Amino acid sequence: MSPTGRPEGEHRSAQHEGGPASAGADVLLRVAHAGKTFDVSPPWLARTLGGQPRRLLHAVDDVSFDIRRGETLGLVGESGCGKSTVARLIVGLYRLSSGSIFYAGESVAALASGNAPRSLRRRLQMIFQDPYASLNPRWRVADIVAEPIRAHRLVVGGKAIRARVDALLSHVGLAAADGRKYPHQFSGGQRQRISIARALASEPEFLVCDEPTSALDVSVQAQVLNLMRDLQRELGLTYLFISHNLAVVHHVADRVGVMYLGRIVELADKKPLFATPRHPYTRMLLDAIPDLAMTGKARTPVAGEVPNPLTPPPGCTFHPRCPHANDRCRSEVPKLAPAPLAGMVACHAVEERRIPIVAERA
Amino acid sequence: MAGRLADALRDSWDSDLAWSFRHSPYAMVAAIVFAACVGTAVLAPWVAPHNPFDLAQLDLSNSLKPPMWIAGGDPSYPLGTDDQGRDILSTIFFGARISLEVGIAAVLFSMGLGVALGLLAGYVGGKTDAFIMRVADVQLSFPAILIALLIDGVARAVFPGAHDSMAFWVLVLSIGVSGWVQYARTVRGSTMVEKNKEYVQAARLFGIHPLAIMARHVLPNVLGPVLVIATIHIATAIITEATLSFLGVGVPATEPSLGTLIRIGNDFMFSGEWWVTLFPGLALVIMVLAINLLGDWLRDALNPRLR
Repeated sequence: MSPTGRPEGEHRSAQHEGGPASAGADVLLRVAHAGKTFDVSPPWLARTLGGQPRRLLHAVDDVSFDIRRGETLGLVGESGCGKSTVARLIVGLYRLSSGSIFYAGESVAALASGNAPRSLRRRLQMIFQDPYASLNPRWRVADIVAEPIRAHRLVVGGKAIRARVDALLSHVGLAAADGRKYPHQFSGGQRQRISIARALASEPEFLVCDEPTSALDVSVQAQVLNLMRDLQRELGLTYLFISHNLAVVHHVADRVGVMYLGRIVELADKKPLFATPRHPYTRMLLDAIPDLAMTGKARTPVAGEVPNPLTPPPGCTFHPRCPHANDRCRSEVPKLAPAPLAGMVACHAVEERRIPIVAERA
Repeated sequence: MAGRLADALRDSWDSDLAWSFRHSPYAMVAAIVFAACVGTAVLAPWVAPHNPFDLAQLDLSNSLKPPMWIAGGDPSYPLGTDDQGRDILSTIFFGARISLEVGIAAVLFSMGLGVALGLLAGYVGGKTDAFIMRVADVQLSFPAILIALLIDGVARAVFPGAHDSMAFWVLVLSIGVSGWVQYARTVRGSTMVEKNKEYVQAARLFGIHPLAIMARHVLPNVLGPVLVIATIHIATAIITEATLSFLGVGVPATEPSLGTLIRIGNDFMFSGEWWVTLFPGLALVIMVLAINLLGDWLRDALNPRLR
């Protein structure tokens, strides 16, 4: 299947690797060496008088991946690992510090500066994490859903817009009469349906979903996830699905990227990633899932804390928590490279075969 | 359309604010008193027994008559007259009209300026924010009355002949300019909170123009505290107007506001004609107190922590 030798330009290989299904597929979104740095320096006066230096936070560092038309890429990682920053870079809420992102061959850099062509803006939409903050509390639901329609002039005329809004609301499982209500009259799950209806209103092809279910009750999560999957099938949508919940990602994703401190450490098809995880961090995450089958296998909890991203450890940022770390890991940053059998991994230990390839997991 | 209006009316009657109003006796009393003040002020030409601004009606032989219940009083001048023979009661009605007009116009001016600058500072941030807020800091280091005196003085020097006809607008400008900082600071703070909420980010994703986002998304969500400040500010503006008129830089003496009346009366305090200053002073206190009580109630009613 995948070549096991390391090509010269590891990142170029990201375009072709990441699972056996990748060959020749239609790439919709290409993220290439994307980086985002936030300036968290103290105010100018404190810097000059107090002699404090500028401080930069590397929220996203050299991230590359492709998303193919019609698939769902899951992005997992602990809080603060840069998942949401990646999402906001793609839709243009943040400006890239380095690297580039292409949507269907077009650079999305124009989105952040505000002079992007309307067609590009219309095709990329986002579903937000907090259904309580993502709807303007002073607007009626019908106006909220109609906002993108009016902004892009997709439908003209009050009656036609109302008809389109009613259709969208019933599409996501709400009643057309709900359009007259205000957001506070709905539950979290219903609000997230409104968010989805609003995102669909501009007839997008690509949806960035930033933890769309993590603020919801478990019983409602499945309903929203199933709705999103049905919509994907019906409308041919492509998703970037961000979550810290491995079970949710396992439910929706075709491929999975694992992020740690602003970098992607493993990228593979869902099945091999969950069955034979390579990176020690991925293993740690999977081991931490409670074992409902009660096989009696000892659970390894996720040990340690994510380091402060302002002062990341040198070398591989995971080395303070890694049981396989050696001197090379403490000094040299590992690159994302094709791993044996499948997927891409950024780990010296995997590359040097210091970690045995584990047998199929239960 | 009629359905929408009915909806809006029902919504506002069922709203938390209306409920709180119906359950707060002092807010209702204050509202009634304030409505009475506004009513007599607006209807002054019809309800006042005399027109004190019509110089032809004035007769110096009627000057300094005491209130009607004191010996020498005249029932057609219920609260007595001033040194020009103007009926005090009528002058209070007409004076309250000027005080309210100046107060409300000045507050609208400050509110417009302050809300716009606060929204801009909070939403755009960076250098724009720093510049606007430093100007606000400098402005706050001058007492409001000094700024008002300065503007009034400049206006008098620049337009020497036309001052009386412009006095009203000079007052509005000088009181308004000194008040915008409070609005700007409040709005800036709430805007900085709102602009990071996801509904604003969603609007940015749809390509909505930043000015439209500020006006249609952020503004309605930051307006609550502004209404409270504006209500209380009307009272402050009326007092500032009275102070300026008392100092002799307000409206012309031929069309006295409450402050002018108090100043005129002040000259006669020690010769025994106390009514010239007392009744306009009382009217001012009652009006300002009613507005302040309404403002206090509004602040509590809109504060989610007190609900």
